[in-house]
Amino acid sequence: MSTRVIVKAEFLGGLDSIFGGIKETKCTVEANDSTLPTIKDLIKHITDHLLVSPNDYCVFIQEDTVRPGILVLINDTDWELEGELDYELESGDVVTFTSTLHGG
Amino acid sequence: MPSAVKINALCELCHCRKAVMRRPKNLQKLCKECFIHVFETEIHRTIQREHLFYRGESVAIGASGGKDSTVLAAVMKTLNERYDYGLHLILLSIDEGIVGYRDDSLATVKRNQSQYEMPLEIVSYKQLYDWTMDEIVACSGIKSSCTYCGVLRRQALDRGALKLEVHHVITGHNADDMAETVLLNILRGDTARIEQSVNITTNSQGSPVKRSKPFKYAYEKEIVLYAHYRKLDYFSTECTYAPEAFRGTARTLLKNLELVRPSCILDIIHSGEQLKLKHKRRNASSEMEVRSNGSVSLPNKDGNRCERCGYLSTNRICKACILLEGLEINRAKVQIDGTSVDGAAKLTKTLEHLAF
Repeated sequence: MSTRVIVKAEFLGGLDSIFGGIKETKCTVEANDSTLPTIKDLIKHITDHLLVSPNDYCVFIQEDTVRPGILVLINDTDWELEGELDYELESGDVVTFTSTLHGG
Repeated sequence: MPSAVKINALCELCHCRKAVMRRPKNLQKLCKECFIHVFETEIHRTIQREHLFYRGESVAIGASGGKDSTVLAAVMKTLNERYDYGLHLILLSIDEGIVGYRDDSLATVKRNQSQYEMPLEIVSYKQLYDWTMDEIVACSGIKSSCTYCGVLRRQALDRGALKLEVHHVITGHNADDMAETVLLNILRGDTARIEQSVNITTNSQGSPVKRSKPFKYAYEKEIVLYAHYRKLDYFSTECTYAPEAFRGTARTLLKNLELVRPSCILDIIHSGEQLKLKHKRRNASSEMEVRSNGSVSLPNKDGNRCERCGYLSTNRICKACILLEGLEINRAKVQIDGTSVDGAAKLTKTLEHLAF
Protein backbone atom coordinates (compact mmCIF):
# COMPACT_ATOMS: atom_id res chain seq x y z
CA MET A 1 0.00 0.00 0.00
CA SER A 2 1.37 3.39 -0.86
CA THR A 3 1.62 6.33 1.51
CA ARG A 4 0.00 9.66 0.77
CA VAL A 5 1.11 13.02 2.00
CA ILE A 6 -0.41 16.45 1.58
CA VAL A 7 2.11 19.24 0.94
CA LYS A 8 1.90 22.83 -0.20
CA ALA A 9 3.59 23.82 -3.46
CA GLU A 10 4.39 27.47 -4.21
CA PHE A 11 5.32 28.89 -7.62
CA LEU A 12 7.10 32.23 -7.37
CA GLY A 13 9.26 34.53 -9.43
CA GLY A 14 6.85 34.46 -12.37
CA LEU A 15 6.73 30.65 -12.51
CA ASP A 16 2.98 30.77 -11.81
CA SER A 17 2.50 31.79 -15.44
CA ILE A 18 2.93 28.19 -16.62
CA PHE A 19 0.51 26.90 -13.97
CA GLY A 20 -2.43 29.06 -14.96
CA GLY A 21 -1.54 31.81 -12.50
CA ILE A 22 -1.61 29.54 -9.44
CA LYS A 23 0.89 30.82 -6.87
CA GLU A 24 0.24 28.20 -4.20
CA THR A 25 -1.71 24.98 -4.02
CA LYS A 26 -2.16 21.88 -1.86
CA CYS A 27 -0.92 18.68 -3.49
CA THR A 28 -1.76 15.13 -2.48
CA VAL A 29 1.26 13.10 -3.42
CA GLU A 30 1.42 9.33 -3.63
CA ALA A 31 4.51 7.23 -4.22
CA ASN A 32 4.22 4.69 -7.01
CA ASP A 33 5.64 1.92 -4.85
CA SER A 34 5.58 1.09 -1.16
CA THR A 35 8.13 3.75 -0.17
CA LEU A 36 7.50 7.27 1.09
CA PRO A 37 6.73 9.87 -1.58
CA THR A 38 9.67 12.10 -2.51
CA ILE A 39 10.14 15.42 -4.26
CA LYS A 40 10.44 13.36 -7.45
CA ASP A 41 6.84 12.22 -6.96
CA LEU A 42 5.73 15.78 -6.22
CA ILE A 43 7.32 17.00 -9.45
CA LYS A 44 5.58 14.26 -11.39
CA HIS A 45 2.29 15.25 -9.74
CA ILE A 46 2.90 18.90 -10.73
CA THR A 47 3.77 18.17 -14.35
CA ASP A 48 0.88 15.69 -14.67
CA HIS A 49 -1.84 17.77 -13.01
CA LEU A 50 -0.89 21.43 -12.78
CA LEU A 51 1.03 22.26 -15.93
CA VAL A 52 -1.36 23.98 -18.31
CA SER A 53 0.42 23.50 -21.63
CA PRO A 54 2.73 20.54 -22.41
CA ASN A 55 4.86 23.03 -24.38
CA ASP A 56 5.96 24.58 -21.09
CA TYR A 57 7.35 21.27 -19.78
CA CYS A 58 10.90 22.35 -20.70
CA VAL A 59 10.45 25.64 -18.81
CA PHE A 60 10.14 23.61 -15.61
CA ILE A 61 12.03 20.37 -16.25
CA GLN A 62 15.40 19.66 -17.83
CA GLU A 63 16.98 16.20 -17.90
CA ASP A 64 14.52 14.71 -15.38
CA THR A 65 15.11 17.36 -12.75
CA VAL A 66 14.05 20.95 -12.11
CA ARG A 67 15.63 23.25 -14.67
CA PRO A 68 18.77 25.11 -13.57
CA GLY A 69 17.82 28.64 -12.60
CA ILE A 70 14.73 27.52 -10.69
CA LEU A 71 15.39 27.61 -6.98
CA VAL A 72 13.76 24.86 -4.89
CA LEU A 73 13.19 25.42 -1.18
CA ILE A 74 11.77 22.82 1.21
CA ASN A 75 10.38 24.58 4.29
CA ASP A 76 12.59 27.57 3.38
CA THR A 77 15.72 25.38 3.13
CA ASP A 78 17.58 25.02 -0.14
CA TRP A 79 16.86 21.52 -1.46
CA GLU A 80 20.60 21.05 -2.07
CA LEU A 81 20.86 20.55 1.71
CA GLU A 82 17.91 18.16 1.85
CA GLY A 83 18.86 15.53 -0.70
CA GLU A 84 17.20 17.20 -3.71
CA LEU A 85 14.96 14.77 -5.65
CA ASP A 86 15.25 12.05 -3.01
CA TYR A 87 13.94 14.14 -0.10
CA GLU A 88 11.10 12.22 1.57
CA LEU A 89 8.03 14.42 1.91
CA GLU A 90 6.17 14.84 5.16
CA SER A 91 2.62 16.11 5.41
CA GLY A 92 2.60 19.86 5.90
CA ASP A 93 5.86 20.48 4.04
CA VAL A 94 6.01 23.66 1.99
CA VAL A 95 7.93 23.29 -1.27
CA THR A 96 8.74 26.57 -3.03
CA PHE A 97 9.78 26.78 -6.67
CA THR A 98 11.17 30.22 -7.56
CA SER A 99 12.34 31.17 -11.03
CA THR A 100 15.42 33.37 -11.00
CA LEU A 101 15.44 33.73 -14.77
CA HIS A 102 13.30 36.82 -15.12
CA GLY A 103 14.78 40.29 -15.32
CA GLY A 104 15.75 42.32 -12.33
CA MET B 1 8.59 19.91 11.81
CA PRO B 2 12.22 19.01 12.58
CA SER B 3 12.73 18.03 16.19
CA ALA B 4 16.45 17.23 16.16
CA VAL B 5 19.03 18.73 13.85
CA LYS B 6 22.15 16.79 12.91
CA ILE B 7 25.51 18.45 13.58
CA ASN B 8 26.39 18.61 9.90
CA ALA B 9 23.09 20.37 9.19
CA LEU B 10 24.05 23.31 11.40
CA CYS B 11 25.12 26.73 10.20
CA GLU B 12 28.89 26.78 9.67
CA LEU B 13 29.19 30.27 11.15
CA CYS B 14 27.08 30.35 14.31
CA HIS B 15 26.95 26.56 14.84
CA CYS B 16 23.64 26.93 16.62
CA ARG B 17 20.90 27.25 14.02
CA LYS B 18 19.92 24.96 11.16
CA ALA B 19 21.58 25.82 7.85
CA VAL B 20 19.05 26.78 5.18
CA MET B 21 21.24 27.46 2.17
CA ARG B 22 24.63 26.74 0.64
CA ARG B 23 26.57 29.65 -0.81
CA PRO B 24 27.41 29.04 -4.46
CA LYS B 25 30.79 30.76 -4.25
CA ASN B 26 32.33 28.68 -1.44
CA LEU B 27 29.73 26.00 -0.65
CA GLN B 28 29.44 27.27 2.92
CA LYS B 29 26.20 26.25 4.66
CA LEU B 30 24.50 29.10 6.52
CA CYS B 31 21.37 29.79 8.53
CA LYS B 32 18.95 32.53 7.56
CA GLU B 33 20.29 35.13 10.00
CA CYS B 34 23.98 34.53 9.20
CA PHE B 35 23.30 34.51 5.45
CA ILE B 36 21.52 37.86 5.56
CA HIS B 37 24.34 39.33 7.64
CA VAL B 38 27.12 37.91 5.45
CA PHE B 39 25.38 39.03 2.24
CA GLU B 40 25.00 42.61 3.48
CA THR B 41 28.55 42.71 4.88
CA GLU B 42 30.03 41.59 1.57
CA ILE B 43 28.20 44.36 -0.30
CA HIS B 44 29.48 46.81 2.30
CA ARG B 45 33.06 45.54 1.76
CA THR B 46 32.71 45.94 -2.00
CA ILE B 47 31.48 49.50 -1.51
CA GLN B 48 34.39 50.30 0.84
CA ARG B 49 37.08 48.62 -1.25
CA GLU B 50 36.00 50.32 -4.47
CA HIS B 51 35.31 53.69 -2.80
CA LEU B 52 31.95 53.77 -4.57
CA PHE B 53 30.45 56.73 -2.70
CA TYR B 54 31.45 59.82 -0.79
CA ARG B 55 29.74 61.23 2.26
CA GLY B 56 26.76 63.41 1.46
CA GLU B 57 26.49 62.11 -2.12
CA SER B 58 23.07 61.91 -3.77
CA VAL B 59 22.64 58.50 -5.39
CA ALA B 60 19.79 57.37 -7.64
CA ILE B 61 18.84 53.69 -7.54
CA GLY B 62 17.70 52.47 -10.95
CA ALA B 63 14.50 50.74 -9.80
CA SER B 64 12.45 48.46 -12.01
CA GLY B 65 10.44 46.77 -9.27
CA GLY B 66 12.20 43.49 -10.12
CA LYS B 67 14.18 41.36 -7.66
CA ASP B 68 17.63 42.88 -8.21
CA SER B 69 16.69 46.52 -7.87
CA THR B 70 14.31 45.84 -4.98
CA VAL B 71 17.07 44.01 -3.07
CA LEU B 72 19.48 46.82 -4.01
CA ALA B 73 17.15 49.43 -2.52
CA ALA B 74 16.65 47.35 0.65
CA VAL B 75 20.38 46.64 1.12
CA MET B 76 21.41 50.25 0.39
CA LYS B 77 18.92 51.55 2.92
CA THR B 78 20.16 49.06 5.54
CA LEU B 79 23.86 49.78 4.93
CA ASN B 80 23.38 53.54 4.73
CA GLU B 81 21.85 53.42 8.19
CA ARG B 82 24.11 50.74 9.72
CA TYR B 83 27.43 52.19 8.55
CA ASP B 84 26.32 55.81 8.37
CA TYR B 85 27.37 56.43 4.74
CA GLY B 86 25.50 59.73 4.82
CA LEU B 87 23.99 59.07 1.37
CA HIS B 88 20.86 60.65 0.02
CA LEU B 89 19.07 57.78 -1.78
CA ILE B 90 16.44 58.29 -4.48
CA LEU B 91 14.51 55.72 -6.53
CA LEU B 92 14.62 56.38 -10.28
CA SER B 93 12.31 54.40 -12.56
CA ILE B 94 11.90 54.32 -16.28
CA ASP B 95 8.44 53.85 -17.75
CA GLU B 96 9.00 52.31 -21.17
CA GLY B 97 5.28 52.29 -21.85
CA ILE B 98 4.64 48.55 -22.04
CA VAL B 99 1.06 47.88 -20.99
CA GLY B 100 0.67 44.79 -18.77
CA TYR B 101 4.35 44.71 -17.87
CA ARG B 102 5.80 48.04 -16.88
CA ASP B 103 2.62 49.49 -15.42
CA ASP B 104 2.43 46.55 -12.99
CA SER B 105 6.09 46.71 -12.05
CA LEU B 106 5.85 50.46 -11.47
CA ALA B 107 3.10 49.77 -8.96
CA THR B 108 5.68 47.69 -7.05
CA VAL B 109 8.19 50.55 -7.19
CA LYS B 110 5.54 52.88 -5.77
CA ARG B 111 5.01 50.49 -2.85
CA ASN B 112 8.80 50.34 -2.35
CA GLN B 113 8.81 54.13 -2.20
CA SER B 114 6.77 54.09 0.99
CA GLN B 115 8.34 50.86 2.35
CA TYR B 116 11.86 52.30 2.10
CA GLU B 117 10.90 55.95 2.64
CA MET B 118 12.76 57.18 -0.42
CA PRO B 119 11.69 59.79 -2.94
CA LEU B 120 10.69 58.34 -6.33
CA GLU B 121 11.10 59.84 -9.80
CA ILE B 122 9.57 58.21 -12.87
CA VAL B 123 10.66 59.28 -16.34
CA SER B 124 8.79 57.91 -19.31
CA TYR B 125 9.81 57.23 -22.90
CA LYS B 126 6.65 59.08 -23.86
CA GLN B 127 7.80 62.32 -22.16
CA LEU B 128 11.37 62.02 -23.40
CA TYR B 129 10.94 60.71 -26.91
CA ASP B 130 7.21 61.00 -27.61
CA TRP B 131 7.10 57.23 -28.21
CA THR B 132 6.07 54.37 -25.92
CA MET B 133 7.57 50.91 -26.43
CA ASP B 134 4.11 49.65 -27.43
CA GLU B 135 3.97 52.29 -30.18
CA ILE B 136 7.51 51.43 -31.29
CA VAL B 137 6.70 47.73 -31.51
CA ALA B 138 3.47 48.48 -33.38
CA CYS B 139 5.52 50.49 -35.84
CA SER B 140 8.71 48.47 -36.28
CA GLY B 141 7.78 44.92 -35.24
CA ILE B 142 8.71 42.82 -32.25
CA LYS B 143 12.13 41.64 -33.44
CA SER B 144 14.09 44.82 -32.78
CA SER B 145 12.27 45.76 -29.56
CA CYS B 146 15.31 45.10 -27.30
CA THR B 147 17.57 47.25 -29.51
CA TYR B 148 15.25 50.25 -29.23
CA CYS B 149 14.51 49.73 -25.58
CA GLY B 150 18.19 49.32 -24.63
CA VAL B 151 19.39 52.43 -26.44
CA LEU B 152 16.52 54.55 -25.16
CA ARG B 153 16.78 53.30 -21.57
CA ARG B 154 20.44 54.20 -21.23
CA GLN B 155 19.72 57.82 -22.11
CA ALA B 156 16.53 57.90 -20.08
CA LEU B 157 18.37 56.93 -16.85
CA ASP B 158 20.94 59.67 -17.43
CA ARG B 159 18.31 62.27 -18.20
CA GLY B 160 16.24 61.24 -15.18
CA ALA B 161 19.32 61.54 -12.95
CA LEU B 162 20.15 65.01 -14.28
CA LYS B 163 16.57 66.11 -13.71
CA LEU B 164 17.09 65.14 -10.06
CA GLU B 165 20.54 66.79 -10.09
CA VAL B 166 22.10 63.44 -9.25
CA HIS B 167 25.40 62.42 -10.81
CA HIS B 168 25.57 58.82 -9.72
CA VAL B 169 23.16 56.03 -10.67
CA ILE B 170 23.47 52.54 -9.18
CA THR B 171 21.86 49.52 -10.80
CA GLY B 172 21.08 45.99 -9.61
CA HIS B 173 23.28 44.17 -12.12
CA ASN B 174 24.50 41.01 -10.39
CA ALA B 175 27.41 38.59 -10.85
CA ASP B 176 25.37 36.39 -13.20
CA ASP B 177 24.63 39.43 -15.40
CA MET B 178 28.30 40.39 -15.42
CA ALA B 179 29.42 36.87 -16.32
CA GLU B 180 26.75 36.66 -19.01
CA THR B 181 27.97 39.91 -20.57
CA VAL B 182 31.61 38.78 -20.54
CA LEU B 183 30.54 35.50 -22.15
CA LEU B 184 28.44 37.29 -24.78
CA ASN B 185 31.26 39.67 -25.66
CA ILE B 186 33.63 36.72 -26.08
CA LEU B 187 31.10 34.80 -28.18
CA ARG B 188 30.54 37.84 -30.40
CA GLY B 189 34.25 38.61 -30.67
CA ASP B 190 33.51 42.00 -29.19
CA THR B 191 36.82 42.06 -27.31
CA ALA B 192 36.95 45.83 -27.00
CA ARG B 193 33.94 45.69 -24.70
CA ILE B 194 35.21 43.02 -22.30
CA GLU B 195 37.43 45.38 -20.31
CA GLN B 196 34.65 47.96 -19.98
CA SER B 197 31.94 45.45 -19.14
CA VAL B 198 33.56 44.19 -15.91
CA ASN B 199 34.20 47.63 -14.41
CA ILE B 200 32.20 48.24 -11.24
CA THR B 201 31.87 51.91 -12.15
CA THR B 202 31.59 53.21 -15.68
CA ASN B 203 32.01 56.82 -16.47
CA SER B 204 32.27 57.98 -20.06
CA GLN B 205 34.56 60.93 -20.51
CA GLY B 206 32.54 64.11 -20.41
CA SER B 207 29.43 62.37 -19.05
CA PRO B 208 27.90 64.06 -16.03
CA VAL B 209 26.44 60.80 -14.72
CA LYS B 210 28.45 57.77 -13.59
CA ARG B 211 27.04 54.31 -13.02
CA SER B 212 27.96 51.68 -10.49
CA LYS B 213 27.00 48.10 -9.79
CA PRO B 214 27.34 47.30 -6.06
CA PHE B 215 26.05 43.74 -6.74
CA LYS B 216 28.84 43.02 -9.20
CA TYR B 217 30.01 40.04 -7.10
CA ALA B 218 26.60 38.98 -5.74
CA TYR B 219 25.09 35.75 -7.09
CA GLU B 220 21.61 35.94 -8.54
CA LYS B 221 20.66 32.93 -6.44
CA GLU B 222 21.66 34.75 -3.25
CA ILE B 223 19.75 37.87 -4.31
CA VAL B 224 16.59 35.79 -4.77
CA LEU B 225 17.16 34.03 -1.43
CA TYR B 226 17.77 37.37 0.29
CA ALA B 227 14.52 38.74 -1.12
CA HIS B 228 12.73 35.57 -0.04
CA TYR B 229 14.08 35.48 3.52
CA ARG B 230 13.49 39.18 4.10
CA LYS B 231 10.07 38.80 2.45
CA LEU B 232 10.70 41.72 0.12
CA ASP B 233 7.96 42.86 -2.18
CA TYR B 234 9.14 42.47 -5.78
CA PHE B 235 7.59 42.02 -9.18
CA SER B 236 8.41 39.16 -11.49
CA THR B 237 7.02 38.78 -14.95
CA GLU B 238 8.92 38.46 -18.15
CA CYS B 239 8.76 41.48 -20.44
CA THR B 240 5.93 41.08 -22.97
CA TYR B 241 8.41 41.42 -25.79
CA ALA B 242 10.67 38.41 -26.24
CA PRO B 243 14.29 38.71 -25.11
CA GLU B 244 17.13 38.45 -27.56
CA ALA B 245 17.59 34.77 -28.46
CA PHE B 246 21.40 34.81 -28.34
CA ARG B 247 21.47 36.30 -24.85
CA GLY B 248 18.91 33.76 -23.66
CA THR B 249 21.03 30.86 -24.92
CA ALA B 250 24.13 32.26 -23.22
CA ARG B 251 22.13 32.54 -19.98
CA THR B 252 21.04 28.90 -20.17
CA LEU B 253 24.65 27.85 -20.81
CA LEU B 254 25.78 29.81 -17.77
CA LYS B 255 23.09 28.30 -15.53
CA ASN B 256 24.07 24.79 -16.67
CA LEU B 257 27.74 25.54 -15.96
CA GLU B 258 26.86 26.95 -12.54
CA LEU B 259 25.19 23.66 -11.65
CA VAL B 260 28.40 21.72 -12.29
CA ARG B 261 30.79 24.32 -10.91
CA PRO B 262 29.10 27.07 -8.90
CA SER B 263 32.23 29.21 -8.67
CA CYS B 264 32.36 29.58 -12.47
CA ILE B 265 30.32 32.81 -12.35
CA LEU B 266 32.93 34.62 -10.28
CA ASP B 267 35.68 32.89 -12.27
CA ILE B 268 34.35 34.31 -15.55
CA ILE B 269 34.23 37.81 -14.02
CA HIS B 270 37.79 37.31 -12.76
CA SER B 271 38.93 36.26 -16.25
CA GLY B 272 37.24 39.32 -17.69
CA GLU B 273 39.02 41.56 -15.19
CA GLN B 274 42.41 40.08 -16.07
CA LEU B 275 42.01 40.45 -19.82
CA LYS B 276 43.85 43.51 -21.02
CA LEU B 277 43.79 44.40 -24.66
CA LYS B 278 46.99 45.00 -26.50
CA HIS B 279 47.06 48.68 -27.46
CA LYS B 280 46.23 49.16 -31.09
CA ARG B 281 48.37 51.31 -33.28
CA ARG B 282 46.48 54.52 -33.75
CA ASN B 283 45.91 55.96 -37.12
CA ALA B 284 42.56 57.29 -36.11
CA SER B 285 42.92 60.67 -37.76
CA SER B 286 42.90 59.09 -41.20
CA GLU B 287 40.15 56.57 -40.36
CA MET B 288 36.49 57.47 -40.27
CA GLU B 289 33.45 55.33 -40.07
CA VAL B 290 30.75 56.40 -42.49
CA ARG B 291 27.36 55.14 -41.43
CA SER B 292 24.55 54.12 -43.73
CA ASN B 293 22.64 57.33 -43.13
CA GLY B 294 25.65 59.46 -44.01
CA SER B 295 26.71 60.39 -40.49
CA VAL B 296 30.43 60.13 -39.81
CA SER B 297 32.14 58.95 -36.65
CA LEU B 298 34.57 61.55 -35.43
CA PRO B 299 38.18 60.69 -34.60
CA ASN B 300 37.90 61.91 -31.03
CA LYS B 301 35.99 59.02 -29.48
CA ASP B 302 34.85 60.45 -26.16
CA GLY B 303 33.18 63.69 -25.20
CA ASN B 304 31.40 64.43 -28.49
CA ARG B 305 27.81 65.52 -28.35
CA CYS B 306 24.87 64.68 -30.56
CA GLU B 307 24.01 67.64 -32.78
CA ARG B 308 20.32 67.12 -32.20
CA CYS B 309 19.78 66.29 -28.57
CA GLY B 310 23.16 67.18 -27.01
CA TYR B 311 23.60 63.70 -25.52
CA LEU B 312 27.06 62.14 -25.44
CA SER B 313 27.77 60.40 -28.73
CA THR B 314 30.72 59.13 -30.75
CA ASN B 315 28.86 60.08 -33.91
CA ARG B 316 27.47 63.35 -35.14
CA ILE B 317 23.96 62.13 -34.37
CA CYS B 318 23.47 59.76 -31.42
CA LYS B 319 22.04 56.27 -31.75
CA ALA B 320 18.76 57.20 -30.09
CA CYS B 321 18.15 60.11 -32.48
CA ILE B 322 18.90 57.87 -35.48
CA LEU B 323 16.46 55.23 -34.25
CA LEU B 324 13.80 57.84 -33.51
CA GLU B 325 14.24 59.44 -36.91
CA GLY B 326 13.64 56.07 -38.55
CA LEU B 327 10.49 55.67 -36.47
CA GLU B 328 9.12 59.14 -37.25
CA ILE B 329 9.26 58.40 -40.99
CA ASN B 330 7.12 55.33 -40.44
CA ARG B 331 4.70 56.82 -37.95
CA ALA B 332 1.10 56.53 -39.07
CA LYS B 333 -0.07 59.89 -40.37
CA VAL B 334 -3.68 59.15 -39.55
CA GLN B 335 -4.90 57.36 -36.46
CA ILE B 336 -7.78 55.04 -37.15
CA ASP B 337 -10.66 55.67 -34.75
CA GLY B 338 -10.93 53.29 -31.83
CA THR B 339 -7.42 51.92 -32.24
CA SER B 340 -5.77 52.43 -28.91
CA VAL B 341 -2.01 52.24 -28.58
CA ASP B 342 -1.84 48.94 -26.77
CA GLY B 343 -4.44 47.69 -29.18
CA ALA B 344 -2.09 48.39 -32.05
CA ALA B 345 0.74 46.45 -30.45
CA LYS B 346 -1.61 43.64 -29.59
CA LEU B 347 -2.85 43.53 -33.17
CA THR B 348 0.70 43.28 -34.49
CA LYS B 349 1.44 40.51 -32.05
CA THR B 350 -1.72 38.64 -33.02
CA LEU B 351 -0.92 39.02 -36.70
CA GLU B 352 2.60 37.71 -36.16
CA HIS B 353 1.20 34.50 -34.72
CA LEU B 354 -1.22 33.89 -37.57
CA ALA B 355 -0.45 30.98 -39.84
CA PHE B 356 -2.14 30.06 -43.07
